[in-house]
Amino acid sequence: MSYMAGNLVALRTIVRREIVRIMRIWTQTLIPPAITMTLYFVIFGKLIGSRIGTIQGGFSYMQYIVPGLVMMSIITNSYGNISSSFFGAKFQRSVEEMLVSPMSNWVILLGYVTGAVARGLVVGLLVLLIALGFTSLHVAHPLITLLSVLFGATIFSLAGFVNAVYAKKFDDIALVPTFVLTPLTYLGGVFYSVTMLGEPWQAISRINPILYMVNAFRFGVLGISDVQIGVAFAVMMAFVVGLSWLALNLLKRGVGLRS
Amino acid sequence: MVQPMSSTPALVVDNLRKTYGNGVQALKGISLTVQPGDFFALLGPNGAGKSTLIGILSSLVNSTSGDAEIFGVSVNKRRNEAMKLIGLVPQELNFNQFERPFDICVNEAGFYGIPRKIAAERAEKYLKELRLWDKAKDQARMLSGGMKRRLMIARAMMNEPRLLILDEPTAGVDIEIRRSMWQFISGINAAGTTVILTTHYLEEAEQLCRNIAIIDHGAIVENTTMKQLLSKLDVETFVFDVDNLPNQLPALPGIIFRRVDDHTLEAEMPRTQALNALFEVFSSHGISVTSMRNKTNRLEELFVRLVENGRQEAGKEKVA
Repeated sequence: MSYMAGNLVALRTIVRREIVRIMRIWTQTLIPPAITMTLYFVIFGKLIGSRIGTIQGGFSYMQYIVPGLVMMSIITNSYGNISSSFFGAKFQRSVEEMLVSPMSNWVILLGYVTGAVARGLVVGLLVLLIALGFTSLHVAHPLITLLSVLFGATIFSLAGFVNAVYAKKFDDIALVPTFVLTPLTYLGGVFYSVTMLGEPWQAISRINPILYMVNAFRFGVLGISDVQIGVAFAVMMAFVVGLSWLALNLLKRGVGLRS
Repeated sequence: MVQPMSSTPALVVDNLRKTYGNGVQALKGISLTVQPGDFFALLGPNGAGKSTLIGILSSLVNSTSGDAEIFGVSVNKRRNEAMKLIGLVPQELNFNQFERPFDICVNEAGFYGIPRKIAAERAEKYLKELRLWDKAKDQARMLSGGMKRRLMIARAMMNEPRLLILDEPTAGVDIEIRRSMWQFISGINAAGTTVILTTHYLEEAEQLCRNIAIIDHGAIVENTTMKQLLSKLDVETFVFDVDNLPNQLPALPGIIFRRVDDHTLEAEMPRTQALNALFEVFSSHGISVTSMRNKTNRLEELFVRLVENGRQEAGKEKVA
């Protein structure tokens, strides 16, 4: 069997195993984000949003926050999936099954990232369907919508993988979501437009990578954005390349995996 | 599955060294060769460096210097190709406890690039051979300790390796299951798979293995055939169950008698000495023997001596 054919079988195996895992514990992986986002839609979108009126480009507050909340679900679930799954494999030592096999490092990374992106997309779709129960949406730019979702999920899958590689205990995979991911998400323009902020907060907000993901997705769905769409994709591409290089480098050196 | 025989050694370890980040020198320049088709014992006390050596061979541990070749393929230079040739049964359980044995085996094959259909056939074959087929669809965490060990052997067979490394595969397993595992491993060795076994059950190594290396403090202290090693043993200890043991123990030149309790006597004697004299002295002292046996197996006695001698030599060097 050729190098590539063998690696493709290995890749399919990891992806299949990840999807089986997501479906096996669907009450932990799919339902909680759907419930959380329903509450956001009810409280922020319906109850508070109805008093806000239109926010930007003539869209209601509910319509405005839907893309942000969908992207937030995708990001947090992609990150959470890969960090818990890969750290779980490290913790149970089942990661050794892959480390002693002939598969290449990129296969391990791509397999886990694909699994995490899949969960992010399924959760994103669920949240979008729930949102349609509260408001109507017309996708303005389908390709940009799809690409921004894929980029957002991939970036945070890669970040979650790096987190899991470095993590030594379960607490370590909870630290980043609590102290980094959640604040960045809330300050990344999910609930407001950064143009509402004065300086220097507007400039500081532009350092936040989540701002570019949320706005790229919002542009795809609603056709409005706080940032230039080209810049948003350039930033996302830079993160994908940088984090992929870092993750592959960690795998090659065996950081946290090989003695 | 019958493996093709090859003239290339199954394993060549060349001056392998490993120093961990905390300064512990686990391997101090180990070299050894295992021939294809061999059943090779790698013995040593806890912390001797066995698992580090196995870790390097399976690429879980990075060596500090030196290299190892699996059937002529360098682990350092051509890791992926070398790993295709190995099956590893580690000391610690290392599978996902929430997965099913069948899936664990099929996924393992997938990691080696084996298509799912063939993987499923092999999983069924090896799970049946290791008497796990009726548990194939249960969660792995529900299996008993012995079943989990057998599952790791089945998993290691999924890529039908030319070199199977077993790191204490029978630890904590009852004797009946241990014997069935020996039978299975002997069978695959007879079919051509080279087997390297580490174990603390020296009886196991003595019965199964043809060649042996003893490792202690990161160095090989003995590397020979099992037959030659056992021939080095010059004393043996017998245990006698007796009806009536007098207060005054018998005396015989060259034999050391020890009272274990009122009905048990030990006699340590040269292997060359005939037992007739021993029974004559028992008769003359009115001691009636009901049964006798070897105190320990022969390899165990040798093992203890070799390791102790090695430590004494190391101590002398330090003092010097």
